[in-house]
Amino acid sequence: MSINEEVELLRRIPLFAKVDPSKLKLLAFASQRLTFAADQVLFNQGDMGDAAYIVIDGEADVIIDTPSGPVTVYTAKRNDIIGEIAILCDVPRTATVKAKSNLVTLVISKDLFFRMVTEFPQMAVEIMRELAQRLEQTNLKLREAMAPQPGAS
Amino acid sequence: MDPTIFKFIWRYSRPQQIYVLLITVTSFPILYATLELPKIIINEAIGGQDFPKAVWGLELAQVPYLLVLCFAFLALVLVNGGLKYYINVYRGRLGERMLRRLRFELFSRVMRFPLPHFKRVSSGEIIPMITAEVEPVGGFIGDALALPAFQGGMLLVYLGFIFVQDPFLGLAAVALYPVQIVVIPKLQRHVNQLAKQRVRTVRMLSDRIGETVAGVGEIHANDASRLVRADIADRLGTIYNIRYKIFQRKFAIKFLNNFIAQLTPFFFYSIGGYFVIRGELSFGALVAVLAAYKDLASPWKELLTWYQIKEDVRIKYDQVVEQFAPEGMLKPELQDDQGEEVGPITGELAASNVSLSEDGRVTLVDGASFVVPLDQHIAIVGTGGSGKEELSQLIARLVMPTGGSVRLGDHNMADLPESVTGRRIAYVGSNSYVFSASVEDNLFLGLKYRPIRERELDDEERKQRQQAIDDAEVSGNITDDYRADWTDYEAAGVADLDSLQQRALEVLSLVDMDSDIYQMGLRGTVDPANRPELTERILEARRVMRERLADPQIAALIESFDEDRYNTNATLSENLLFGTPKDQRFAEDGLAENPYVLEILREAGLYDDLVQVGYQVADTMVELFSGLAPGHEFFEQFSFISSEDLPEYQLLLGHVSRAGLENLKDEDRARLLGLSFKLIPARHRLDLVTEELQARVIDARRRFAENLPASDADAIEFFSSDRYNAAGTLQDNILFGKLAYGQAQSAQRVGELISDVLDQLGLRPAVMEAGLDFQVGIAGSRLSAAQRQKLAIARAVLKRPDLLVLDEATTALDAASQSRVMDNLLREFKGKGIIWALHRANLASRFDRILVMRNGKVAEQGQYEELNRDGTALKELMQAE
Repeated sequence: MSINEEVELLRRIPLFAKVDPSKLKLLAFASQRLTFAADQVLFNQGDMGDAAYIVIDGEADVIIDTPSGPVTVYTAKRNDIIGEIAILCDVPRTATVKAKSNLVTLVISKDLFFRMVTEFPQMAVEIMRELAQRLEQTNLKLREAMAPQPGAS
Repeated sequence: MDPTIFKFIWRYSRPQQIYVLLITVTSFPILYATLELPKIIINEAIGGQDFPKAVWGLELAQVPYLLVLCFAFLALVLVNGGLKYYINVYRGRLGERMLRRLRFELFSRVMRFPLPHFKRVSSGEIIPMITAEVEPVGGFIGDALALPAFQGGMLLVYLGFIFVQDPFLGLAAVALYPVQIVVIPKLQRHVNQLAKQRVRTVRMLSDRIGETVAGVGEIHANDASRLVRADIADRLGTIYNIRYKIFQRKFAIKFLNNFIAQLTPFFFYSIGGYFVIRGELSFGALVAVLAAYKDLASPWKELLTWYQIKEDVRIKYDQVVEQFAPEGMLKPELQDDQGEEVGPITGELAASNVSLSEDGRVTLVDGASFVVPLDQHIAIVGTGGSGKEELSQLIARLVMPTGGSVRLGDHNMADLPESVTGRRIAYVGSNSYVFSASVEDNLFLGLKYRPIRERELDDEERKQRQQAIDDAEVSGNITDDYRADWTDYEAAGVADLDSLQQRALEVLSLVDMDSDIYQMGLRGTVDPANRPELTERILEARRVMRERLADPQIAALIESFDEDRYNTNATLSENLLFGTPKDQRFAEDGLAENPYVLEILREAGLYDDLVQVGYQVADTMVELFSGLAPGHEFFEQFSFISSEDLPEYQLLLGHVSRAGLENLKDEDRARLLGLSFKLIPARHRLDLVTEELQARVIDARRRFAENLPASDADAIEFFSSDRYNAAGTLQDNILFGKLAYGQAQSAQRVGELISDVLDQLGLRPAVMEAGLDFQVGIAGSRLSAAQRQKLAIARAVLKRPDLLVLDEATTALDAASQSRVMDNLLREFKGKGIIWALHRANLASRFDRILVMRNGKVAEQGQYEELNRDGTALKELMQAE
């Protein structure tokens, strides 16, 4: 897969959807492609995050440690982005991610991401917009959850 | 050292100086004859009348007589020239010998400087003194006596001649000499003062430059370059001013000299002319006197110049010598090894009332007294500045106490030669120096105190060696053969080099450096000619590695070199050369301009396509990076083109879009071609090196190897699966391929894999041995601080001292490593002495006895159990940590 295909891939991710393709190309060019063998761990819950991973090929399990043992909460597939919270703010990883099959990813390091954002403020605006939308959706869901259920009084 | 340059010259070259003088005097009559003979030829042979003339009993007619005289003249010229040649060479050699002696003496003195002196003088000051400043001294020494004697003699001869012609004129000729003799030195004295100042300022300048270079990191880190440049500019200004003043005075002297020289003819013309007019002096005599006076000028000038050089050299000598006689120098007899055996030292180390003060004011160690047996392990603890560092240096006799004494066994340490203190005691400080050599050379330093085994010499070499010894002796230099084998195996308790290397590895593992040395071995290169066995076995490792690659998990990590396949993890140029360039001829920088490479690319029909690829790379780079500010870090990290060059490429691209690639200048095409060479398909993912192109590169690869001119055969080491590549590292040779890009934790996994293969073949020790050849860089700069400390400790342990003194020697190590090294050393030195100035008091519990230092005094001493209670200084120190 070449840079151009990676750019296409990035464009399909909502976070980057509206960013100028030439900037995405630079992001792709400067990012490393990393392949994991099945069962190799991308990162562990509680680690400090330094990169986000975009799945190019293969699948990865997102596993959360619970008092009753690890639980797989999600399986990331092609075009999914994993660990993007870590490159936006300094929080420990909230889950462990492990390759389920042979997994090819594009690694966007936090460092690179921030330098891109500072260099191209337009990118920051697009990302802000996307995050605001997510927040709005979360609020919406919260309101729905909080609203009195009809016929329940 | 001799207080003045003339004493120095007289003491070491008296016979030679007298010899030069004699030869010079001998040359006088011949010189005189070469001046006299032309006169005879003109007056008697050409202008003479009564022929035939009798020469040695032969009757000669005019023409034969002329010929005889002419040939005699020719012979005299030859003899005179030959004599001059001989004297010049002799004087030059004499001067150089004396210079060699002086430099060696100065350097030997540096070796005997008391250590604290180096707090005041830097290498920046010492180096110019030994090298540049004494250089003119050598030139002068050959002339020291002979020149004034020769020129003085000439002067007297000419003066005599003038006096014979007419005493009055003679007096006139010398009338102004007294003025010159009195006035000139007075003026010269000013110049001398300035010259002294200049020497000092230049020395300080070189010291500043040296210091700035040493601390260049701090200067960058603090944006202090402007300050240091201002400092240097200031110093340069001072030198300029001094120099300017020197010029003014020096040329004033010259002016005066010239004026006086011309004043004398004035007297001749006026007084002599008056006499001639009066008829008291013949016209002929006046002309002769004038001619003689002209001849007089030259030796007189030479004498004055000699005087000026002499003054210059005298000042330099005085200034240098006064710098090389600091107080408290080590006595030479303590350093000169008499070759006697040095037995082990036993008993006790006893310090009584030992003090150390600096410049007679600051007291660093203040009346320390203690007795420790040499088979115990002693810890010295205290805060920084408590005197523990100085105390450990006193114990190792690196510094001499200013009061009291340290006794070692039956000896006062102040009287022990370095052959005892340097071999039976080992000292490791926190900043131990590592020399720019291999790990092995650094480790064996403590075993090389005298040449042990002569090197083998054939007849010719033996002659040269004897010559070298003779030359060194006449110049008062040491005659040891630096290239002999100096390593004393016995001192390390082994029999030969092999077992010494084994022992070195043991010691390195003792100081927790085994994995470092293994890595160095992997990263180092090995010459198959030197270690054929190792390289043979590495090839075996390569084969085993190949077998491991059958596992697809592992195969994903490494892309092997294969003559018939394109390596997508290597650059295009690597794929083309398919080997390691050994020098600049095929280095990546100039490859796109290398005529042979271009020829091959054209033959393979690749040239135009690769220029096209380069064009696309340039196009992509301009697209990706042109939006970035110049100097943005992305350029450095990711771009093929630097930010400064980007505009040029933009122009180039514009040019191509108008005129096409084929109309580019060769130079521009080479630039594009160079870009294509850097492409690594697996990493850059630009999809420019298509499979079809790859196949043609492989074809070009074949052509390249087959047609390589014989003259370039040694410029490249081709990859070959069954041959060791001497230009690559051991690791390269085992892998015989490229690490694949984009595999998670590939470096670590490959590292484990290599380690596994080497263990399977039992090759680890051999790789570690190769690690001993690792070049540590200037001042050990290729090692980490921790590695340098470990190496220094290993060096001390290897020579098996009776007493090991460590002064905060493990500060750069991490806590776990520190603890391991300490345990290992205490075990290794069971029954022998260790005195360890610790940087943390908590570590003291493992030692037999503890000395607690405070303000230069021994505040407490005793066993850990005795001192580990409330209210003691030790407890206080431990609690503060």
